Amino acid sequence: MKTKPHFAFLDEGSKKEIRRTILKAVAIPGYQVPFASREMPIARGWGTGGLQITLSLIGKEDVLKVIDQGADESVNAVSIKKLVQSTTGVEITEQTADASLIQSRHRIPEVPLTYKQILVLQVPMPEPLRVYEAKEYKTKMLHAEQEYSGAWLMLFEQIMKYGKTSTDADHPVYVNDRYVMAPSPIPRFDNPKMNQSEALILLGAGREKKIYAIPPFTDVTSLAFEDYPFAKEDFTNKHCYLCGADDVFLDELIDEHSGETIYQCNDTSYCMERLNSNQKEEVGSVDA
Amino acid sequence: MGYVAVKGGTKAIEASIKRLKYERLKGQDSIHVETILATMRGMVDQVMSEASLYDPYLAALAIKQAEGSMEEAVFLLRAHRSTLPRLYYSQTMETENMFVERRISASFKDIPGGQLLGATYDYTHRLLDFQLIEETKSDIEQWLSEYEQEVNCSNPQEEVIYFPKVVDYLREEGLFETNPLENTPPDDITKKSLQFPASRSERLQVLTRGQTGAVTSLGYASLRGYGQVHPTVGEVRVGNLPIYVSPPTEEESEYEDDYYIGEVKLTEVESFVPVMKQNNRNKKELEFEIGYGICFGQNETKAIAMSILDQCLDHPEAPYPTHDEEFVLLHIDSVESTGFISHLKLPHYVTFQSKLDSVRGVKQEVEKDEN
Repeated sequence: MKTKPHFAFLDEGSKKEIRRTILKAVAIPGYQVPFASREMPIARGWGTGGLQITLSLIGKEDVLKVIDQGADESVNAVSIKKLVQSTTGVEITEQTADASLIQSRHRIPEVPLTYKQILVLQVPMPEPLRVYEAKEYKTKMLHAEQEYSGAWLMLFEQIMKYGKTSTDADHPVYVNDRYVMAPSPIPRFDNPKMNQSEALILLGAGREKKIYAIPPFTDVTSLAFEDYPFAKEDFTNKHCYLCGADDVFLDELIDEHSGETIYQCNDTSYCMERLNSNQKEEVGSVDA
Repeated sequence: MGYVAVKGGTKAIEASIKRLKYERLKGQDSIHVETILATMRGMVDQVMSEASLYDPYLAALAIKQAEGSMEEAVFLLRAHRSTLPRLYYSQTMETENMFVERRISASFKDIPGGQLLGATYDYTHRLLDFQLIEETKSDIEQWLSEYEQEVNCSNPQEEVIYFPKVVDYLREEGLFETNPLENTPPDDITKKSLQFPASRSERLQVLTRGQTGAVTSLGYASLRGYGQVHPTVGEVRVGNLPIYVSPPTEEESEYEDDYYIGEVKLTEVESFVPVMKQNNRNKKELEFEIGYGICFGQNETKAIAMSILDQCLDHPEAPYPTHDEEFVLLHIDSVESTGFISHLKLPHYVTFQSKLDSVRGVKQEVEKDEN
C-alpha cells in the first residue's frame, strides 16, 4: 500500500479554502480571518500557519526562501524547506532578492522586499489583545468596536512602572488606521519595515486558526505615545564582527577565546552576501 | 553559538533523523502492522479517536512508526488526514441500531434488554500476569478453540436483539424533557474554525477528538469540585454502527439508495444530571438533563468524561473553568497542545535578544531614577 503525495501536500479543496481566506485578509488589512487550519506534518507552533499559506500559494515557477529567526540553516527552516521541496520540487534559494516567496519566523529580511515578492510570517499568538482579555469572543467584539483602550493602557502602565515602554518582540501595530495587529514576534527593529511595504505580507497562525495580511503600500504604525515615541532595539556603537554592518539587527555572542561580547548579523544570508561582495572587491582590486 | 547560526544545520538534522531510525531498529526486531492490529486494540482505538480518522490499519502503522508514542501516532494520522479530499458526509447514524457488544447502566439494575457486560477490564484485578511472558501461538490456538466450544454450547440466541435506550424509559415517565428532532446540518470544525459561542455540534466534535488524558482530567476536575455536574451514568454502550452515504448526484434520495460504506466501533455514553428547573407555575422542580459522550473505539473513560464536559458547557453560568467553553474546547486537542509546548524547543534568539534589550533599557531607566 503506497500513496503518492499530492503537489504541495494539501488537497486542492483545502488550498482553495485557504486562498479564499487570504483574499479576504488582503481585503481587510490587519483583520484576523478565521480559517479551518489543517494539521500539517510539522508540529503546531512550528510554523503550520505560514506553511499552509506557502503551500496553497506556491506554484512550480516559484522560488522559495525559508528563514527561522534570521537564519536559512536553522533546524526548523531546513525542515520546512525540505517538506515544501519534496512535495513541490520548486527551487530553493538563500538569496532574499531571488525569492518570490519568503516564509519567515520572527524576522523581516534586511534586504528591502519588492512588489514581486510575498513575505509569509509565522505567528504563534495572533491576538494582540490576548494579554489583557483571555476570551476570543470578547476580543473579537473589541476589534469590531475598535475599542483599543486596553492596548494603550498596557503601554501606559509600562511607562508608569518602568519609565518607558517595556515591550520586546511582537510590539503591536496599527494597520491602515483601523485594526490593532500583532506583527508576529519580529523584533521592534523590523516593525518599520512593514509600513508601506512594497511586498505583500501574509501572516498565518496555524494553531490559533487565523490568517491576516498587510497588502502592499499600507500604513502600519507601531503603537506609541507622542512624548514616549516608539523605539527600536538599540545597537548604537555595535557592528557585525564578520561583515561590519551596523544598521542591522544583531545577535549577541560571546567570543569563546576572549570571553568578550561580540555581535553578528542575525540575517545570515545578508551577512554572507556582504562578505562575498567584500571579497570580490578585494580580489578585484588585486587584479587591477 | 547554539545551533541556529551554524552552517551545516542540514547535515546535523539528517544525522539526527538517522539516529532516530537507529533507535527504532537497534533492538534488531520489528513488529508487523498486523500484530499491532491484533494485539493493541486499546491503543489503536485511542489513536483513531484522537486523530479523528477511523482507519485501524493506518492507526496501527502510525503506532509502529511512532514507536508507540501516542502523541506522535495521533500527529501522523492527523497530518495524513490533511491530504485526503473530503467527499461525503454520512447519513445520520442512530445508535439504537448499534450492534451492541457491551452495554451497562449505573442508574438501573434492571434495564430493558438487560445489562451486557461484554469485554472490559473493569472487573479484572490489575496483577501482572507473568505467564504471558511464555505465551505461545499454540497456547493461543488451544485457548481459542476451547472458548469457541464453550460459547457454542451455551445456547446462543438465534435472533439479534434490539437494545432500547435507557433514557427512553425515563422519558416516558416525564423525567426528561422531550426535545424536538434537531435536523440542522452540523458545523464541521475541520472545514470552518471554531467560533464562539460554539454550536453544540462543534462542541461535541472538539470533545470527541480531544486528547484522552486532557478530556479525562477536566471531566475529573469538574466532578471533584471545579464544576457543578455530578452525573449518574445512564448508559454506556460499545459496539459497531453501520455508516451510509447518499448518492452524491441526487439532492433528496430515498433511504434505499444509500450506500453502505462500512462500520465503525463506538463508545457512547448518556449521563443523567439532576438539575433544578422552574416549571410553568414558577415552582422549582427537579429534572434530569443529559450529558452526551461518544468516541471512536472502546474508550469508556473518555466517553464518560466527555459526557460530563458536554453537560458542564451547557451551563456556562457556573463560575468554574470546566464550564467555560473557550477554556475547555481550546486546550484539549492533542496535536495543538503538544505542538505548542514542543515549539518552546525552537530557537528564540531574536525574541530573546529583543527581550534583553527591553530589560536592559528598563534597568538603565530605573538606575537613572535612583541616582
